[in-house]
Amino acid sequence: MTTTTEKSGIKRVEGAPLLELNDVKMHFRAKGEGLLARGTKWVQAVDGVSLSVQPGETLGLVGESGCGKSTTARLITRLLEPTAGEIKYQGVDIAHMSERKLRPYRREIQLIFQDPYSSLNPRHTVGTIVGTALRTHGMVPKGGELKRVQELLEVVGLNPEHYNRYPHEFSGGQRQRIGIARALAARPKIIVADEPVSALDVSIQAQVMNLLENLRKELGIAFVFIAHDLGVVRHFCDRVAVMYLGRMVEEGPRDALYETPQHPYTQALLSAVPDIGVVRGVPPKHRIRLVGDVPSPVDPPSGCRFRTRCWKAEDICATADPALERKPVGDTVVACHFAEPPVESIVAEAV
Amino acid sequence: MTEQTVRAPQTVTRAPRTRAEGEEAYLEVTDLHVQFPTADGRVQAVQGLSYSLPLRRTLAIVGESGSGKSVSSMAILGLHDRKSTWISGSIKVGGKEVVGMSEKDLMSYRGADAAMIFQDPQSSLHPFFTIGDQITESYRAHHNVSKRAAKARAVDMLGRVGIPNPSRRVDQYPHEFSGGMRQRAMIAMALVNDPKLLIADEPTTALDVTVQAQILDLIADLQRDFGSAVVFITHDLGVVAEIADDILVMYGGNAVEHGPVEKILGAPLHPYSWGLLESIPAVSGTPGPLHPIPGSPPSLLAMPSGCAFHPRCEFRDRVGGDLCRTLKPELIPRTADQGRTSRCHLKEPDKVFETEVLPRLP
Repeated sequence: MTTTTEKSGIKRVEGAPLLELNDVKMHFRAKGEGLLARGTKWVQAVDGVSLSVQPGETLGLVGESGCGKSTTARLITRLLEPTAGEIKYQGVDIAHMSERKLRPYRREIQLIFQDPYSSLNPRHTVGTIVGTALRTHGMVPKGGELKRVQELLEVVGLNPEHYNRYPHEFSGGQRQRIGIARALAARPKIIVADEPVSALDVSIQAQVMNLLENLRKELGIAFVFIAHDLGVVRHFCDRVAVMYLGRMVEEGPRDALYETPQHPYTQALLSAVPDIGVVRGVPPKHRIRLVGDVPSPVDPPSGCRFRTRCWKAEDICATADPALERKPVGDTVVACHFAEPPVESIVAEAV
Repeated sequence: MTEQTVRAPQTVTRAPRTRAEGEEAYLEVTDLHVQFPTADGRVQAVQGLSYSLPLRRTLAIVGESGSGKSVSSMAILGLHDRKSTWISGSIKVGGKEVVGMSEKDLMSYRGADAAMIFQDPQSSLHPFFTIGDQITESYRAHHNVSKRAAKARAVDMLGRVGIPNPSRRVDQYPHEFSGGMRQRAMIAMALVNDPKLLIADEPTTALDVTVQAQILDLIADLQRDFGSAVVFITHDLGVVAEIADDILVMYGGNAVEHGPVEKILGAPLHPYSWGLLESIPAVSGTPGPLHPIPGSPPSLLAMPSGCAFHPRCEFRDRVGGDLCRTLKPELIPRTADQGRTSRCHLKEPDKVFETEVLPRLP
């Protein structure tokens, strides 16, 4: 493998995927109780996640709250330093890189936040917010900062004349567009979007989704798209990964994952989504009822983490941790000893 | 390897709703206006809302933020501060007029006749008191019973909403409950006095999808057992399709469409409802492009003239005489079907939907 160094100082291994996570773990120290707290416990927020993203590709991360999808976003963008594992960008491990060396990588890996209210500084104008991103990364073009800021505002569908306005003068959807313009300022190759539309109203949500889709097509940016709304992920992503309690349980091409999910948890998750199709005559689907709650990430079950709520669980599930692997049938990779496509179609057929 | 018996999952299928017909209205809202005077002018949050709801029926109120769906429902419980709110019109619950009711009467009305479930169980339960304390407090406010009897009632209610081991759970604090359990506890608290009207304001929005499904089932089961009327406020049309009998679509403080759920979601007549359906990516079928509604919802301080939706409506030029800009349409039946109403001037909306909108739904 040959390694080349780009002008920006970024190294690149030929043939490596754009982004690759290998068995990444993030354990947070849980506070003990009282003054004499001993025996520190660890919250295993992310415990062995592996994924890869090719240039221009979109990977969706879904799962319920506490499954570690947002922590994964913060690891990819290196806002957190992982406890273990490798985070490779173009083949170069950035998991424990120093802040100074990380700089050029930060430019290429950008983040869009969920809440357009708290992620913009209320005392800075839009011009300052987007301009700061340009200056920080040394991306101010010859034509001047303002001209580029206005270009960016136009790209995301805002009026370029509004560069001297403050965030509070914009609606939620417009603020999310400002956040997107800020991410685009650095000309990233990959954007990690953490629930980018879930705080928005339905009609505005569709506007922002279409904007992101156009950006992906026109600028060829790869996305790691995190959302809990399975419809939104299905609409936007080429591939989808399902997480449960810090682990990846299933990953695969979108259609395979939505139509023939093999992991019991994926099947349960998809069966629980309310479907508007019932009013158009789609028969109501059989919903899989999961027993109990998600176990604590401080003390996760041994073996397969889903076994405590799984109807297929047997002795082997408690002793052997299933690997994320391809099975003889099906197009997804899945971490389950008893993986199989759903017996009957749990996902309602299209009309 | 021995032959393995793969057990089947425990599944539930939501039974299709059978609509209770011909009942007398329990909740009757007539020409309700809610306005808030502010330094910038008067915020017209609700502008002439009328609907009625019989017992055993579920009405879903759908709309975006600022459409007036929560404000109108809070008015039903008399929750607005009367010093800073201007309310007119009439809200009758079981024959009692709520608008203008005295604070003392409101105290005995709230909880006993109508109760509310809020979106965020984390902030609507008091962190300093046990779940049991909070349920018994609301029970004893309406019933002259001993603490012991009230606690027995609380344990009973927690059991009914599906909380395991209720006699132990009753003495725990909200932080010891998971999100779904807290929402169950709040439902237990709302139903402890057998109210005939339950208002659920986005009760599942903060919950994960598997928990949401459980809570929706629970609300439907309890409604059947208690025979109550339910007003369900949400923005999720998938949820509406599964649990509601009727739907009321709100936009900019007005009802724009009202009728049975399968008709309104199956073949809506108002361009705003069309826009909503075109904005939602489906979980099944072939993914198609989304057609979002352009622009953003109107400011409630400066409502557009005529139809509130006209600045965002792609069909406004089909209506002659500039009517959309000048005349606010009435909420009346627009087709031969008298059971549904819509607020739009467009001629033959059913045909427009079928030929132009239906083919491009995602």
